[in-house]
Order: sequence, then structure tokens, then C-alpha cells
Amino acid sequence: MAADADDGEWPMAPKNHASTRFSALTQIDRSNVANLRLAFTFDTGLRRGQEAAPIVAEGTMFIASPFPNTLFALDLTRPGAPLKWKFEPNPKLAAQGVACCDVVTRGAAYSQGRVFINTLGGQTVAVDAKTGTELWRQQLGDSSKGETITMAPLVVKDKVLVGNAGSELGVRGWLTALDTASGRVIWRAHSTGPDAEVLIGPNFKPFYQQDVGKDLGVTTWPPEAWKIGGGTAWGWISYDPALDLIYYGTANPAPWNAEQRQGDNKWTAGIFARNPDSGEARWFYQYAPNDRHDYNGTNENVLLDLQIEGRQRSVIVHPDRNGYVYVLDRATGEVVSADPFVKVTTTLGIDRLTGRPRMNPQVDPRNGEVVREVCPASPGGKDWQPSAWSPRTQLLYMPHQNLCQDMTAYTASYISGTPFLGSEVRMYAGPGGHRGVFGAWDPVKRRMAWAIPERFPVWSGALATAGDVVFYGTMEGWFKAVDARSGQLLWQFKTSSGIVGQPISYRGPDGKQYVAVLSGVGGWAGAVVSKDLDVRDRTAAKGFASAMADLPQYTGKGGSLYVFALP
Amino acid sequence: MSSRCLRLWPAFAAAALLCLPACEREKRQFDSPSPPPTPASAPMMRATPLQPGNAQLGASSVPTAHMPSTDYRYENNAFAVSQGKRLYRWYNCSSCHAPGGGGDWGPALSDDQWVYGSSPANIFASIAEGRPAGMPSFAAHISEDQTWQLVAYVRSLSGQLPKDVAPGRSDTMSGREPEAGRDRERPKPMEKSDGNKR
Repeated sequence: MAADADDGEWPMAPKNHASTRFSALTQIDRSNVANLRLAFTFDTGLRRGQEAAPIVAEGTMFIASPFPNTLFALDLTRPGAPLKWKFEPNPKLAAQGVACCDVVTRGAAYSQGRVFINTLGGQTVAVDAKTGTELWRQQLGDSSKGETITMAPLVVKDKVLVGNAGSELGVRGWLTALDTASGRVIWRAHSTGPDAEVLIGPNFKPFYQQDVGKDLGVTTWPPEAWKIGGGTAWGWISYDPALDLIYYGTANPAPWNAEQRQGDNKWTAGIFARNPDSGEARWFYQYAPNDRHDYNGTNENVLLDLQIEGRQRSVIVHPDRNGYVYVLDRATGEVVSADPFVKVTTTLGIDRLTGRPRMNPQVDPRNGEVVREVCPASPGGKDWQPSAWSPRTQLLYMPHQNLCQDMTAYTASYISGTPFLGSEVRMYAGPGGHRGVFGAWDPVKRRMAWAIPERFPVWSGALATAGDVVFYGTMEGWFKAVDARSGQLLWQFKTSSGIVGQPISYRGPDGKQYVAVLSGVGGWAGAVVSKDLDVRDRTAAKGFASAMADLPQYTGKGGSLYVFALP
Repeated sequence: MSSRCLRLWPAFAAAALLCLPACEREKRQFDSPSPPPTPASAPMMRATPLQPGNAQLGASSVPTAHMPSTDYRYENNAFAVSQGKRLYRWYNCSSCHAPGGGGDWGPALSDDQWVYGSSPANIFASIAEGRPAGMPSFAAHISEDQTWQLVAYVRSLSGQLPKDVAPGRSDTMSGREPEAGRDRERPKPMEKSDGNKR
């Protein structure tokens, strides 16, 4: 679906509605990328995880920041890209206390002269792209109940789509659509509860029988548990204009301890296809029924048209936290294939008839018992960090983890505005000892074409370009360019802090191709540095500290933009 | 017989004297201690709008609650500290600050950095009043007596309590050596240079 022509802009975090993160610009290619030079930098002055993608439109770069969510606009038409304006939304200070995994944001969105950001305090704000003045603001989430917003909004037609975060606090998940001009709420679709609130109606046609029935968002839970059941929509949204459907994942059910919520816990840890105008659900597929390991379904959905077994199919490619790359039929939600890309002990494969994972009860967490070798670990084989697709190589470039964990469960008390987990975790490296991988997955041959092991989880996004160069960053701070066909390292640059942001490429007003990335370690994986955690405690950061105890030796805090170009 | 008992009495008394500190360690209280006879000077003020349990407890000030007049309780009482350890999980402190106290979305409690102070009174105030950058205000959700048990346990996370009082084992998966095995951290004055540690 990716268009070959490139307007040189980067208006939304995934670049396009198909979420390919592919730039068709060709100035930078395999033969000259070694000459890439720093063009300019910009310090945000903030020192928390920089997970956002810079947004480029109208000759301006827009940078959405972690809490306090300042939006910076840099003037790309002038030398050194000076600050044009900045906008401070002033979210509630207290919201920092209910953000599970550092106070990050994944970026802004640009459409028709407006820039949209989400704040940790649960607001969506529209800002005039030229002047930085506020156009409207809508309070969507209540941080006193644990609701935050960390996802990058997505504009589809005349609506901006926003989902909440906070499944770690028993927040009830939703996705909502706002009118881009006024901020008015047009629809809200919950991830749990009665059909009327999930926006399930007569046109809901899931592929698998287990998803057919009345009010399954209520009946697949213990009484009332759906009200505090998680399933937030803090990840990525894609849009297929031909089918006129949006696709997005729902997060883990709450609490993490599955013994407190017997049942499939619909509609959490799965994917919805919905009509963008009404929000009405078309189909749903659940990756992790009764999710026991915090395997969210919120990872990116890359919309591709692939030749599979001699047949052209419109599919979604989705690398899930449960360790499988799924290929789903975009129209129906059928699982075309599902193959593990990391070591998996929690499941024994995906059943072709029912679409359900076959669970391995030996690594189900149980109250008061420690289970070991739970693979992948809770952040999954791959977390939020988005992959990129090159239509030239037909490969999906996946930044991901190689982690397993020990895990135990206990009965958690629900106290609104506080964590609702009932789980304790210690993570460690999977087979091979490296904790991260940057790999190129072939969704047709259903295997890795090549893979680069990295010391730490690769927590940055990926960028693919038509010059057959692929970019990603490491948590030590290296920004790397590799050959899209072989994975061979072609160029690298050491930035001031670990990279957990999303690289992008754009054509500047001077006609040159630029590559930009934010450096500033943080997020769940980098919280040991950005939040000064005590790494002697292996249970810190929900057990991630156990796998990241040496990160402070490799990087400190940061929060700077780096932009590169050929001389 | 009686004369022999009398002869043993001085030895018994000496042993009892030796026991006194240990008795504090073993002491159990089954009633919450009565409030101090005169209310402490400062009424309790919530420092955050964030209140657990749906914030039905009202506005910023807590009229009936006062900052305690004593800043010392339970630091020599093993039973109270182990209750504090149980409550640390019960009230979800452990999910925010990590089961071993190393920190998560809340700051680490096991190190030497204490933005709002490391004394028992400081920690009591942090729990009861909350802190502006995310710590909820638990006043009227957690009783004063339980708050003191939590205070004592929180201090054990950085090795501030006597070794024979701090918990020596964990009922769950451990992240590091038990509280009783931790060296005493020496709290440093902190500057909020980047506003991150609070």
C-alpha cells in the first residue's frame, strides 16, 4: 500500500496510514551513507524517555516531548533550524504518579494546518501549526483514576483518534474519535463491557466462533471485573481507505494476575477493526485470551498486500508481544499465519482452526509460586517500538527484545488510582545472552532474513528508505544505518544518550534528504536511568531492572534531537 | 526450696534486664495507640489532588487529621515492621516503588536519595499528604497506626532499622538481599536539578 512517490514530509508517527515507516527518498543510499554528517541538533531540555517520532510538515519540524509534554516547532527553512515556537500544555503534575512506564509520548500528528498532541494528564490538544496557538483542548481521561495518554494520535479523514493508557492501574480501555476542527467527541468505543459500549452491533463479524455472542465483554469476566479490566488502546492505529477500516490493538487485561479474572477477558489483548466514522466494530481477534503475561495486543499493524501461496492478499503484519509475527486478513480477521520470532515457552503454537494460542500451563503464573523461563518476558518478544517495511526488499525491519523472566503472582487489591498488578517479575537475557535484536522478517517465507544481536533491547523504532538503507538506534546511544538486504553495518553515530525514539526521513526545503532521531533514554526499558532506579533490586521497574542493571554504565539521561544529511 | 529460689533471684533479674531491648522487638500491640494528648501543631494538608480509592474523601485539607506529634514509633518492633511489609504490598506501594523498593514509576526507596526527607516524620507526611509530582495522599485511606508500620518498613528498605528488627526473609520472589541484610544508606541532601527524582 505504500506509495512510491514521497512528498518528503512525515506528517504522522507511522509516516502513512499503512504504518510502513518507509521513506521513498533516495539521496541517501548504500553507496554514500558512510558520508552522513550531523546537520543540526536541538536540546529539548527534558530528561525523560524520548520515544516520539519528529513530525515534519509545512517546512517545520514538530517535536512532542515527554512530560510536561512541551511541543516544539523548529523552522527548517532557516539555517540550523531555530525554534519557531513552543507550546506548553501544562498537564497535571500528579499524572506522573500514574504513568506506569516512564512519562513518555510517542509523538504528535499533523493535518491541514493543525498539530495534535496528547498529554499525560489525559488531554488531546490541537495547536495551530503556524503560530503555536491553542485551537481547542479536550479532557478525555481522568488521571486521578490512573488514566493517562501516551500514544501518538492518528488523523483519519476529519477525525483524530486517541486511546487511553493505564491498564497497570485497572483503567478501562477505550479508543475515541474527535472532530479535528472542534475537538468534539464523536464516538468512544470501550474495550470491555456491554456490546453497546464496545460499539458492537449487527455488522460485527469476527472470523472465529469464540468471539460471537452477546455482551462477551461482560460474560468473559468474573462479575463486575470488566469495569476495572484494562484493555487500554495506548499503541498504534492503522487505516485502510479501501476497506474504510481502522485497526488497533487492545492492551493487557488488569490485573496482571490472571487468577483474579478467570475467563477470556474480552476484548483485551487483541485487535479491533472498526469503521472510523461510527466506531462500529467489524471484527476482533484475540492474541492472548486470559492474558497471563502482560502480552498487550497494542503493537503496530502494518498494512500490506502480499503474494501468499500464489494469491494476492490484503493483510496486516503484526509482530506481537507474545513472540509471534501474525499475518491477518485485513477484511476478515482470519489468521493467515503466525510464527515465533523469539524463544517462546508460554505457548505451544497457534491453533489454525480456532486461532487460539495453545497454552503451556507449566509457565502460567500461580499465586505464591515462582515460575521460571517464562519466554518471552512481559515486554514481549517486541514491545511498542515500531517496525518498518520496505516494499523494495519485502522485509519487515523489527527492533525487538530477547528476554525471558521469572514470575510470581499474588492477589492484588484494587484501589483506584494505584497499581493493580498482583505480579512480580525478574527479567534476564534469552538464549545467546544478548538482550536485543534488530531483525529483518520475511512475512511470506515466514522467517528472519537476517538479524543483528544487540547488547540491550532495541527500544527505538525502525526507518526503511528507498536507498535500501535501514536506520535504528541502540540504548547505548548509537544511531546505526544498515544495508536493507544484508544487515551489514554501513554507518553509525554516537549520540549523547540512549536512543528509544523513532527515526524519520524527510526532504528539507533545500531539497536535501535528512534523517532525524531523538536521543534520550527512558521508557520501561530505560527507566533505570531516566528515573534513577536502584538496580540492586532486580524487581525494580516491574522486573526490567534485573535485565538492565548495567545500562547506567553505558548511558546517562538525555533529550536531544539529532538530524543528519550528506555533505 | 524457697531458699534456693531466692539465691537464684539476682541472676534471673540480671537476665531480665538484658532482655529489655529484645522485649521491645517482640512487643505486640492489638489496639491503635491513643492519639497524643495535645494535637500537633500543623493540620494535615494534602499536597496532591491524587487520592486513592476514588477520591471520595474530600478536599485538600483533612480537618480531623493532624500531623503526628511524635516522629518515632515501631522502629524497634519486628512485628510492626513485618506488618508494614505486608501492608506495603496490600496498599500497592510495592507495585509503584517495586517489591524490593528499587523503584518503578515511583522513586526508589532503597537508596540514599530522599527529596522529601528520610526521617520517620518526613515519610509519614509523604504517605499521608502525598507529594505534588505523583505520590497519592493516603490520609484517611490508611490508618495512622498502619501508616507508622509502613514508615518503619520503608526505612528498613534502605537499612535504617536494627538488623534484628528488619525482615530477614521474604514470602515471595526476592529481588535482592532481605531488608535485614542491607547496609545502612546515608541519606544525602538532594537538589532537584532536573526535577526527575521526586
